[in-house]
Amino acid sequence: MLLHLYLRAMSAMATILFDGVAYGMLLFVLACGLAVTLGLMNFVNLAHGAFAMAGGYVTVVLMDRFGLPFLACLPIAFAAAALLGLVLERTLYVHMYGRSPLDQVLFSIGLVFMAVAFVDWAMGSSPQNIKLPAWLQGRRDVFGVQVGIYRSFIIVICGGLALALQLALMRTRFGSRLRAAVDDARVARGLGIPVSTVFAVTFAVGSGLAGLGGALGAEILGLDPNFPLRFMIYFLIVVTVGGTSGIVGPFAASLLLGVADVAGKYYLPALGAFMIYLVMIAVLVLRPHGLFARPR
Amino acid sequence: MDAAALGLVRRARWRWPEVVLWLLAYAALLMPPGKFLILNEIAILALFALSLDLILGYAGIVSLGHAAFFGVGAYTAGLLAKHVTGDPLAGLLLGAAVATVVGFATSLLVLRGSDLTRLMVTLGVAMVLGEIANALPGLSGGADGLQGVTMGPLLGCFDFDLFGRTAYAYSLTTLFLFTLLARRIVLSPFGLSLMAIRRNPLRAGALGVPVNARLIAVYTLAAAFAGTAGALLAQTTAFVSLDVFEFHRSADVLLVLIIGGAGWLYGGIAGAVIYTLLQDGIAAFTPQYWQFWIGLLLVAFVLVGRQRLVGGLYAMLGWARRR
Amino acid sequence: MSVVLETRSLTKRFGGLLATDNVSFQLERGARQALIGPNGAGKTTFVNLLTGVLPASSGEIMLLGDRITTLRPEARVRRGLVRTFQINQLFGDLTPLETLALAVSERVSGGGEWRRRLGAVGSVPAEVEQVAGRFGLLDVLERRTDTLPYGKQRLLEIAAAFACAPQVLLLDEPAAGVPEAERRDILDAIAALPEEVSVLLIEHDMDLVFSFARRISVLVDGALLVEGEPEAIAKDARVRAVYLGDEAHG
Repeated sequence: MLLHLYLRAMSAMATILFDGVAYGMLLFVLACGLAVTLGLMNFVNLAHGAFAMAGGYVTVVLMDRFGLPFLACLPIAFAAAALLGLVLERTLYVHMYGRSPLDQVLFSIGLVFMAVAFVDWAMGSSPQNIKLPAWLQGRRDVFGVQVGIYRSFIIVICGGLALALQLALMRTRFGSRLRAAVDDARVARGLGIPVSTVFAVTFAVGSGLAGLGGALGAEILGLDPNFPLRFMIYFLIVVTVGGTSGIVGPFAASLLLGVADVAGKYYLPALGAFMIYLVMIAVLVLRPHGLFARPR
Repeated sequence: MDAAALGLVRRARWRWPEVVLWLLAYAALLMPPGKFLILNEIAILALFALSLDLILGYAGIVSLGHAAFFGVGAYTAGLLAKHVTGDPLAGLLLGAAVATVVGFATSLLVLRGSDLTRLMVTLGVAMVLGEIANALPGLSGGADGLQGVTMGPLLGCFDFDLFGRTAYAYSLTTLFLFTLLARRIVLSPFGLSLMAIRRNPLRAGALGVPVNARLIAVYTLAAAFAGTAGALLAQTTAFVSLDVFEFHRSADVLLVLIIGGAGWLYGGIAGAVIYTLLQDGIAAFTPQYWQFWIGLLLVAFVLVGRQRLVGGLYAMLGWARRR
Repeated sequence: MSVVLETRSLTKRFGGLLATDNVSFQLERGARQALIGPNGAGKTTFVNLLTGVLPASSGEIMLLGDRITTLRPEARVRRGLVRTFQINQLFGDLTPLETLALAVSERVSGGGEWRRRLGAVGSVPAEVEQVAGRFGLLDVLERRTDTLPYGKQRLLEIAAAFACAPQVLLLDEPAAGVPEAERRDILDAIAALPEEVSVLLIEHDMDLVFSFARRISVLVDGALLVEGEPEAIAKDARVRAVYLGDEAHG
């Protein structure tokens, strides 16, 4: 009897762990663009979630109005958000580099407010559903643990993306140019690196990944006009707790946050996100450069 | 008198627009009823923005969670009125006192780190308090808000009327007294040391200013101001809901202060007037999407610059009034 | 002659780098001493250790016989160890009146005073007046600091430090970047500092050093190379090697 209870508790825990990892992976893809702009380029972009929302709504529209299959929508969601990011970076954000954090905060809050009101106007305030294809639905029993198929799908895709990003940042010419540009923009310019192009491309890819995350996450996170504000603090936590010296820290922080959030909501639903905020404050006060940052 | 002494006296002198402003604000009490509710709202928002001005405009602490103290003051006053006594002044004092304690406790968190860390920490504190209120529906009323707040008469003889005349007089007088206090403070050596810290903490320290102690003091003080504003809201609307802690409230007050001009004693009041008039005007034709225009205003503020935009805005208001 | 400021084996490490290397140094009451050294010798780090901007890795700092090694910067100022800054660190949109009143108020009333108007406290206006007069700032008291000629700004920099009533004044390149026409005012102001204030001048400009200092300390690679009278330092072979070598390399 006891053993039975114990096994049930263990399997519930394993399911939570699994869901938490999937959630964390999703958070990583959503937030990694911010990890670069905020963490590396030092730009406080509170509007990052708006790009994720754009990806989500593009998917909804394409599936509902044009009947495109879910998988085909994902690359389009990426491209649409990336394009939006590129245009905004070239026209607006570019004026904000090097401004005071207060200016950047005001500016990006303004963008969020506009995005929220715009989507509300265009799409209505009710939450949107994305109808997953049948083969991605349901759960399967693996060694007694309930494993969601869609969540496995997310883990595979997001895990692959994380790996690709790390390789791109560390092994490609673009990666080394970006690191040089972030390290010292003036020196990089002197070396003939087109710094503003590098920043624009980085911003676009980051926005695109957020858009992809928004499309993938609509099912799990929910999608409504308030999405950018609801998840703003989560993205910021990933970046500040993860630290700013690469994407390994934010990746670890995403996983921690994902598991902690899912477990918290399961075991202590009344507390909500209380613990997470508390942990964030503690980390920020004790280690202002993030949990995983190398001391400078 | 010496040049220095004269200059220091001149620096603290009352200027006539200040006097006119307060006379006008009190003269509004003689108007026929109809606008008192919105005037009351302006007075409360102005006090809240004045509080933010103390830390942001004077001391340079960027906060994204100033609603934390507003909310604490609101719930304290609301709960006191619901469960203990409906005396407004008791609620105002207790609301301010509890907010002061919370402000002092959290002031230690904003001493360290960069502007970004401060942003996150202040935001986090407001979020934590919001979650606590949410997790205690028995106390806070949860999603329905705190119902059944009934206020007794002000000073034992002025009942809160339906039109909000008493409410406005009450909020305005509170705002006036706190502005006097803030005026005193910013013109004092303490206030000057805050201005020095905002501009260059290293240099201020090298002139003997104990930077951390001053930041703790002003953060705590601002929390008391914000708590008072929250208490006023709870008392004059007889209602408190979870949204007192929400991000948009912190963002709005930041916007109000930026519109009116930070680092200037009347920035909060000017911002509150303009913001509320704008909101009222825009809401008249598109109530739902007011947020869009506020967002646009923020973006324009930062991109175009405050000076140029405010000039345009005043011109626009004048134009709208002439029509 | 009594020692007012002293370091004992003061050391500062940044990771593996030894920025201040076992410096034992003394400044006597009323001293007119200069601290010189080639670029990168660690002069700035040494000043930051003295003033408390950086914590020392080991060693002690004594001011007027008290150990101040772990005191916060403002506490050292209150005890009379005050510095000026090499690059302008003034409050650009405040007036000289406000800057000086701030320094005086912090000293006279602890500066935490919030109930009374700035300047309503007893001796503040008179002291501001006196300091401003000494440094020739009376006619610009109510102008924005960043609109003043650079020479006046440098004078205000020294005046603000002087308003803190220093026992020991650290002057960090006080005349750097000042146009020739205004330079004289600054040199005069420095020369006219009261005899009882002990001055340590951190300087590159050898003309200024040799016209001002009665004693010179030479810092090289974070360590004290030699100390002595100006004539002796000028003749010292090691000092010449350091400076000539420095020039030869670049």
